[in-house]
Amino acid sequence: MNDIRDVIIIGSGPAGLTAAIYTARANMAPLVIEGEPSSTSDQPGGQLMLTTDVENFPGFPEGIMGPELMSNFRSQASRFGAEFITAKVTSVDFSERPFNIEVGETSYKSHTVIVSTGAQSLMLGLPNEDRLIGHGLSTCATCDGFFFRDQEIAVVGGGDSAVEEATFLTRFASKVYLVHRRDELRASKIMCQRAFDNPKIEILWNSQVAEIQGEGRLSGVILKDTLTEATRSLPVDGLFIAIGHRPNTDLFKGHLDLKENGYLVTEPNSSLTKVPGVFACGDVQDDYYRQAITAAGSGCMAAIDAERWLEEHQS
Amino acid sequence: MAEGITDLDMNSFDETIGSSDTPVLVDFWAEWCGPCKMIAPILEEIAVEQENIKIAKVNVDDSPDLARRYEIMSIPALIVFENGEPAKKLIGAKPKGALLEEIGEFL
Repeated sequence: MNDIRDVIIIGSGPAGLTAAIYTARANMAPLVIEGEPSSTSDQPGGQLMLTTDVENFPGFPEGIMGPELMSNFRSQASRFGAEFITAKVTSVDFSERPFNIEVGETSYKSHTVIVSTGAQSLMLGLPNEDRLIGHGLSTCATCDGFFFRDQEIAVVGGGDSAVEEATFLTRFASKVYLVHRRDELRASKIMCQRAFDNPKIEILWNSQVAEIQGEGRLSGVILKDTLTEATRSLPVDGLFIAIGHRPNTDLFKGHLDLKENGYLVTEPNSSLTKVPGVFACGDVQDDYYRQAITAAGSGCMAAIDAERWLEEHQS
Repeated sequence: MAEGITDLDMNSFDETIGSSDTPVLVDFWAEWCGPCKMIAPILEEIAVEQENIKIAKVNVDDSPDLARRYEIMSIPALIVFENGEPAKKLIGAKPKGALLEEIGEFL
């Protein structure tokens, strides 16, 4: 592969695919390296692949399913000629132009790169966690909720995704404990009210999961009170984890500037990184808004920034 | 139904799995599962490329009894059946290379 592309887009959530639509329509023939299938949010399509109804994306008055929305984004990019590789980038080299991107044994060269690798769900980091995934412990409420019909389960977290998962899981479970380490939720008001009004949801405030229990399958958790340090056991059949995200920036350490929390640094009101010709958009550089619509908006900005940069540097 | 992939339900499962002279990889899936959709095309490719293993699918919405029998608590779940018995269980969506590696002993 000796052809030099105009633009390579790394990542395929709302930001990456919007950048693909815009750069494709600007005749830049984007190559999207979309990631690999997985059951975490680190997969083609990104975090929305694990959600159900997306109710706040403008243009869908009745809401739309997350995976369907992402499939629409992808089709729209394809229609204008975006190409896709279903793989993960192994390494990048931004030290000289054209930039070099390695995917396994294959190298791709490009005049510009748009980084939109997003963020992935955090795990608790407790013993037994890896072993019990798929055996009562889940990273995907929409995939696994069905298997907990009439059972008691717990969701860990206090943000929008935790409250949304807890509410969704009441369709199946007889009881959903929402385990949150603080005394108030971070989720949006409308989501919180839904949880408060739902008789199947019980919020366990100031509580932290200290231990995950179970041999062949999950049998319960030990909770620690964050104020008194007192512990107690909570028998549950299922445990769903929604405690937040970390940006997928490991690939860019040493190549781009990272904030202390790991997010990529971009210049204010633009998608520019410290490397001219490399642009970043979506959750990988946004530790504040983190919405599908803001990611899509920043993907559009990155596409326009890349197009203008290319015009200036190719004439 | 994709070419080379058999849809199984409670009525056809035991006979198909029991009478197969090659290992059968069964994909437990559902319409509402995003990661299941991601691996569907990979399984279609494997069905065409690999002669020593059959691929079948069980829709857990239509066949909850089969999901319960094999203690499925997370999908996509892939179970390789050899001589009618489950020989290997894989949970979660994986890229093609990783999946082929995991089922390498049956190919």
